Amino acid sequence: MTWEPVIGLEVHVQLATRSKCFSGSATLFGAPPNSLTDPVVLGLPGALPSFNRRALEMAITLGLACGCEIRARSRFARKHYFYPDLPKGYQISQYDEPLCEGGAVEVGGRAIRLRRIHLEEDAGKNIHQAGGRLSQVDLNRAGVPLIEVVSEPDIFSAAEAAAYMRELRELVRWYDISGGDMEKGQLRCDANVSLRPPGGSDLGTRTELKNINSFKFVAEAIEHEITRQAAILDEGGQVVQETRLWDADAGTSLSMRSKEEAMDYRYFPDPDLPPLEVDGEVLARVTSRLPKPRSAYRSSFTAAGNLSDEHIDYLTADRARAERYATVAGSEDGRLIANYMLQDPDGRLEAGHLKRLAELQRTATVSGNGAKQIIVELLRRGGDPDRIKDELGLAQVSDAAEIESIAADVVAANPSQAASYRAGKTALLGYFVGQLMKKSGGKANPQLASDILKKLLES
Amino acid sequence: MAALTREEVLEIALLARIHLDDDEVDRLQGELSSILEHMEALRAVQTDVEPMTHAVPMALRLRADAVEPSLPIEEAVGQAPDRADDFFQVPHIIKSGK
Amino acid sequence: MSLHYQPVGELVRLVRTRQLSAREVVAAHLARIAALDARLGTFLHIDEAGALRRADEIDAELARGSDPGPLAGVPIALKDILVTRDVPTTAGSRILAGWIPPYDATVVERLRAAGAVLIGKLNMDEFAMGSSTENSAFFPCRNPWDLERVPGGSSGGSAAAVAAGLCAASLGTDTGGSIRQPASLCGVVGLKPTYGRVSRWGVIAFASSLDQVGPLARSVADAALLFEVIAGFDPRDSTSIDQPAPRLSGALTAGARGLTIGRPREYDLPGVDPEVKRAVDAALALLADHGARIRDISLPNSAHALPTYYLVAPAEASSNLARYDGVRFGRRPEGASTSLLEMYRRTRGAGFGPEVKRRIMLGTFALRSGYYDAYYRKAQQVRALIAEDYRRAFAEVDLVASPTSPTPAFRLGEKADDPMAMYLADVFTLSCNLAGLPGISVPCGLTAGGLPIGLQLVGRPLDEATLIRAAAAHERAAGPAPHPPEMAAS
Repeated sequence: MTWEPVIGLEVHVQLATRSKCFSGSATLFGAPPNSLTDPVVLGLPGALPSFNRRALEMAITLGLACGCEIRARSRFARKHYFYPDLPKGYQISQYDEPLCEGGAVEVGGRAIRLRRIHLEEDAGKNIHQAGGRLSQVDLNRAGVPLIEVVSEPDIFSAAEAAAYMRELRELVRWYDISGGDMEKGQLRCDANVSLRPPGGSDLGTRTELKNINSFKFVAEAIEHEITRQAAILDEGGQVVQETRLWDADAGTSLSMRSKEEAMDYRYFPDPDLPPLEVDGEVLARVTSRLPKPRSAYRSSFTAAGNLSDEHIDYLTADRARAERYATVAGSEDGRLIANYMLQDPDGRLEAGHLKRLAELQRTATVSGNGAKQIIVELLRRGGDPDRIKDELGLAQVSDAAEIESIAADVVAANPSQAASYRAGKTALLGYFVGQLMKKSGGKANPQLASDILKKLLES
Repeated sequence: MAALTREEVLEIALLARIHLDDDEVDRLQGELSSILEHMEALRAVQTDVEPMTHAVPMALRLRADAVEPSLPIEEAVGQAPDRADDFFQVPHIIKSGK
Repeated sequence: MSLHYQPVGELVRLVRTRQLSAREVVAAHLARIAALDARLGTFLHIDEAGALRRADEIDAELARGSDPGPLAGVPIALKDILVTRDVPTTAGSRILAGWIPPYDATVVERLRAAGAVLIGKLNMDEFAMGSSTENSAFFPCRNPWDLERVPGGSSGGSAAAVAAGLCAASLGTDTGGSIRQPASLCGVVGLKPTYGRVSRWGVIAFASSLDQVGPLARSVADAALLFEVIAGFDPRDSTSIDQPAPRLSGALTAGARGLTIGRPREYDLPGVDPEVKRAVDAALALLADHGARIRDISLPNSAHALPTYYLVAPAEASSNLARYDGVRFGRRPEGASTSLLEMYRRTRGAGFGPEVKRRIMLGTFALRSGYYDAYYRKAQQVRALIAEDYRRAFAEVDLVASPTSPTPAFRLGEKADDPMAMYLADVFTLSCNLAGLPGISVPCGLTAGGLPIGLQLVGRPLDEATLIRAAAAHERAAGPAPHPPEMAAS
């Protein structure tokens, strides 16, 4: 029997603030253990939280980008459990009144609805050597701000789940909210997976899949879970509601069932943090600074009609690049500049130089190859296109008379090839063009050279 | 409601991660039940109001995203009951971890 | 000259005018502590070296011609719930025995900046849970008026040390009455500011929405001075009110004329000691003689204050005390590390005393899913009603008056076996915390047996000035409060 998978994803996004969510320690990755702590992070007696404005702005930014409703008043809540990487014995999170509700993420033309986005703080790291009796705890990560993005169970395949994750990654990178690097733990995915008969509307029993820590494993782990559940249901069995951990090395998941049963998080509003109010002014400020979405750039670049899909994907891959290209999109040099930018992934070339170079190439002052060389030099040592063109002697010879003269010499110096060409081996044109280019020290306009040689050989 | 069973007392003690001797369990069962009985009167009070979660109405103040110096590592881990180099050290949880 | 019962202002004057050195003042108090505290048990830690060093610094500053501040050279002690850098801090609990904090509470920073000399940490009920200081994990504290009796709690050491002249003034904390009730039982002034007036940064949390730091002193003026130094906005505390500390010198002399004081009729309870009732009646009559109007008011939800408090406070406490887990600081008992679960259970089982365990269990229960709505949430709703009662009352009166404690100091051990009996000690003080209002206890006489009685006044939010005004007027009319009988050196 075929079953219809129904998947909801809970994704934690680490926010790229400079300081932590509730205190001023830095949020650096890879720092020496326990070097980024303070009384608040350590949960020392008497320490109190104070909330990072930037974390709020980033969360609102993503909420607006996904079309969520931003609550005028939301609350922080304490979520209690005991674990060595959770210093206070509770995590500051949001429960009843999350910052954002509703909204959607578009994946493959379909809108995957969001249930909520809420703010919380990260825990530290518990490190355990296999076989050892002890764990070591590093609290550098404790207190880093997170947002949790919870989708509705609107995803219907493992592949779609992976695409959703990739789209989320692109979104958080686009809006400078997070690096979105799953391997660095900046993006973490928990999947809720259940199966139902095709065409059904009720939800089956779901399991929660955790420890999926790379994009590669998103589809693999979910696919594995779908298969596992299908096998149970095919035999007439019942899927047990539980939490399972993905084991990437083994390619399977392990049940964590018994640990989960004890979890009563005892949520209540955090008395140390008054309600979070987002008024019209804050919303207006964040909205006014909200960058145009990628889709807007894709549309306008496509509308220019002079770029391939590959160009458009590349130019909209990150916002800085899209914004740079937007200044020239649709112009007559749009395609040329797009090609130049392909050589400059880090975006180091000045817009003015790109425009000048396009002008030089468009007027055949330099060849396409010549332009490429100029870009290499610009990236290597700066300068400007005109100077480099002169220094490297890249100005093309486009004077027909001059080329005709060299062409005549080349044909005269290669009588047997000329004869072969006239006998029908027209591919030899390339040979003659090469010879002409060599004789001109690479300066001849190759298109013109080709035309002139052809005329000469065929006359 | 009010009277707590022994099982409930043990459940709560587990949630709170507090080890209790047998006589502590017995004593607490009696004491907590008695205290909770006094709380019963609250159930009858008409409360068509918002819970008062904060004593003084105010909105959460926001802090600028500026880095401040962290504690030196030795001050952070120096008083840990057990440590390994600059890490806190604890017994490992026996069952599969998070 | 005997220094140990001098008013704070007088000590400052003597030190600033170089008639006395700060060192002399501090040394005199340290000597008195050495002579008497073994029998009282007010100090958990005496920082003799640090205090003398600081005193010398103050004297050096004065020699250079600079002004160390409004508390220059004044020996002040701190309830051991206030975090002090490099000085042991225990919150009265075994679980923090040996902990040396790496930072200072804001109130500690402010006292230091004002030139005060911090001489040590004072005994208290463990994690501020109690009304007698019998719950201290270390040793009980005794009332200087009668060594067989409790000083009250949880700031018992703070009250007793001030009453016995071991320090010029002290800081305590008040969650359900823990400054006011011991102040009353020890015959000193105790002020609980409006919630949010004084920073809670560095105050070991018991119940976050109720805790406040406040001064205990031998006069209203001294209490007012300390309050001015410690109060005011602190960005490190998100519940701190964004206002500077008020200036109260005007209130000290404004007098009672024109004030209206309300007496809740619900407070006329059978458990109130007749001598206490008489003394409070007399105190209010005295204020009336000096121009105040006394009238009856009603606080209809008063009877619910106790169950409300004993659901809200333990719930928040169970959460605030989850961090005491043997991982980053404090004590882990021998043999506790067989597994992670055992590490937690044994650390907390051995480290917490019976009252703390009781309240953590109660609080955990109240927050459990399935019980949260009926218990914690319900209590927070009743709390709103209690606050509303006061708001209505303050439309008619400026202050609400009552005894601070229904009885004078009781005997050590008298209420130890019945938690509910101990909880009833706070019946008049609890509502003030629930509503976030400022409250003060002032001495208003002695029982026939020579035990102090306290008058409590509760005011509008942020209106410490009116509290001070009425309290000072009473003090002026009644004369300075007596000191306990002088103890022989131990």
